[in-house]
Amino acid sequence: MRRLWRYQETYVALVIIVLSCAITLLNPNFLTLENLFDLLKSYTFLGILSIGVLFVLISGGIDISFTAVATVAVYTTMYFTLQHGGNTATVLFMSATIGAALGFINAVVIHFFNIPSIITTIATLNIYYGLLTVFSGGTWLYNMPEWFRHFAETNVISLVNPDRVPYGLSVIPLIWFVVIVAAWVILRYTMLGRGIYALGGNLASAQRTGFNILALHLFVYSFMGLLAGIAGVVEVMLAQRVATNSMVGKELDVIAAVVLGGASLTGGVGTLWGTLLGVALVGIIGNGLTLMRISSYWYNVFIGLVIIVSVGVSAYRRKMQRRRKISVEVE
Amino acid sequence: MARKNSETIILGVILLAVFGLMWALNGSQFVQFENIQSMAFQLPELGILSLAMMITMLTSGINLSIIASANLSAITAALILTNFVTPDANGIGPTAIAACAVTAGLLVSAIIGLLNGFLIAVVEVSPILATLGTMILVKGASIVLTRGYTLSGLPEPILFIGNGLVAGIPMPMIIFILCAAFMAAVLNHTPLGNYIYMIGSNPIACFFAGVNNTAVLFRTYLISGVYSGIAAMIMMSRFNSAKADYGESYLLMTVLASVLGGVSAAGGFGRVSGLVLALVILQLVSSGLNLLNVNPFLTIAIWGMILILVMVVNYLSARYQETHPR
Repeated sequence: MRRLWRYQETYVALVIIVLSCAITLLNPNFLTLENLFDLLKSYTFLGILSIGVLFVLISGGIDISFTAVATVAVYTTMYFTLQHGGNTATVLFMSATIGAALGFINAVVIHFFNIPSIITTIATLNIYYGLLTVFSGGTWLYNMPEWFRHFAETNVISLVNPDRVPYGLSVIPLIWFVVIVAAWVILRYTMLGRGIYALGGNLASAQRTGFNILALHLFVYSFMGLLAGIAGVVEVMLAQRVATNSMVGKELDVIAAVVLGGASLTGGVGTLWGTLLGVALVGIIGNGLTLMRISSYWYNVFIGLVIIVSVGVSAYRRKMQRRRKISVEVE
Repeated sequence: MARKNSETIILGVILLAVFGLMWALNGSQFVQFENIQSMAFQLPELGILSLAMMITMLTSGINLSIIASANLSAITAALILTNFVTPDANGIGPTAIAACAVTAGLLVSAIIGLLNGFLIAVVEVSPILATLGTMILVKGASIVLTRGYTLSGLPEPILFIGNGLVAGIPMPMIIFILCAAFMAAVLNHTPLGNYIYMIGSNPIACFFAGVNNTAVLFRTYLISGVYSGIAAMIMMSRFNSAKADYGESYLLMTVLASVLGGVSAAGGFGRVSGLVLALVILQLVSSGLNLLNVNPFLTIAIWGMILILVMVVNYLSARYQETHPR
């Protein structure tokens, strides 16, 4: 039990519980299945990206370019699909493949030229996004195919609320669930997952232990790209249009959610569980403000405060721990 | 030392090559006085923001909140200006109010700098997280203050900061040169500058050498904050307005410019002269392509390519020097 207090995840979970209780007291609509289903649907985009970011952070790197990757992947895919047709599976597959390819390029630059990942991905963000805007002329794509709209509106669970308005669990969060399960299996049960933790913990040790650093780099950044491609499709499913500029600029918000969940920017630390809690916290704050009828202008102030307090508390605890260790050595 | 020199030489060569290329593509139009003057108007905003980013990167930190804090200081100043400068100014001249507004704006950015300094130096939050938090918080404050609207219609005296000419030299350029010179003086000729490089190279060794790391980091982020405030005054004056989300694309560009200028992302290395060279290169590319009517988004793609190219060349030249010791 006492071990629990060592993890940032515990604190985030507590904050979520307290916040949920407070919001429910003020507006009982918060704790309804309808609201929960809605939340799941609107945060699928953030949720999928956050898992990719988690992998990169665990491996000791960072990726800034994923919003541009998502935009390029989904734009190219939908442009092609609008002209040649396709179905939901081909759209997801094609977008994920393009995303993975762009992530692969990031990994190659990072690995072979030993350029810090933050710099590489800032550069590729500008390259991917700049080139896309040049080739597309910045025009948005409308008139999504009928089957595409139909898929996005499909519910896997259909219910009727007391006011006889039908609602349900959209099929879109299912994509997120599949990603979560895949990520969980990789991190928990495969050599690949252990390799990613090892790489982030200590590159030199990981190399000497016999992990293939090149393969790990290629996997982590390609996986980030793959998830970005899928997240891009999700965004388009929700909005039913492809915009060139709706995603770029949100990269730091995604990273903030992952970091709230306890992932460390120095690598080697981070759990899937924590990342889900981080996304949940961000979602609940946004949703809660609306339900408590607080103007959405305050959203950033709240998120900012939560981030500062949470990273502040955990940093302060680490500092105190270090102090204790040092004093032991002196004795 | 050899490494630093070779970087400056590489940057110098690129600068000349870009200049030659743009001159060849654009003809004499490129070297006309008007074009050079307009470049001198455009460079300082990104330039001063990059200086604000650079000093934190030297300590192996980063300051993601520079744009947010610039916007909040511009909004503070603009609120004072639009509320107090009226046609029937009672007693106090508009110039005095403009001076107050600028002071208040700089004060706001200094306070944000101190907040960052507190989080990073005292609480020991990693700089990227601390400034990510303050970035979102400060932007939130800007949104709450302005309700997302643009504050515009600023009085005459303030417009001089961004648009005025002194002996043919644009006012923003003069401010930029002063800022760069001050930064170079601090980094190269004061103990503080020395400590900043030392912390960036090895904070623990620096601490055991008797340096007060906390005080140094506090000052670093204070300077960074104030510089973002100075950039804010220029931006506000040039746009004749202030808004919560102006210039957000500048954030990653300042990292790009710093790194292009030889500032190591791991801290400890980098000079103001390198940064200035990098800024001039970026400005030459963007002005030159603009004259050719090239899509501005192609320009940012080319900036990204130049960054990767420079990093690759640096890497290869470092490898070459390792394998061929003189």
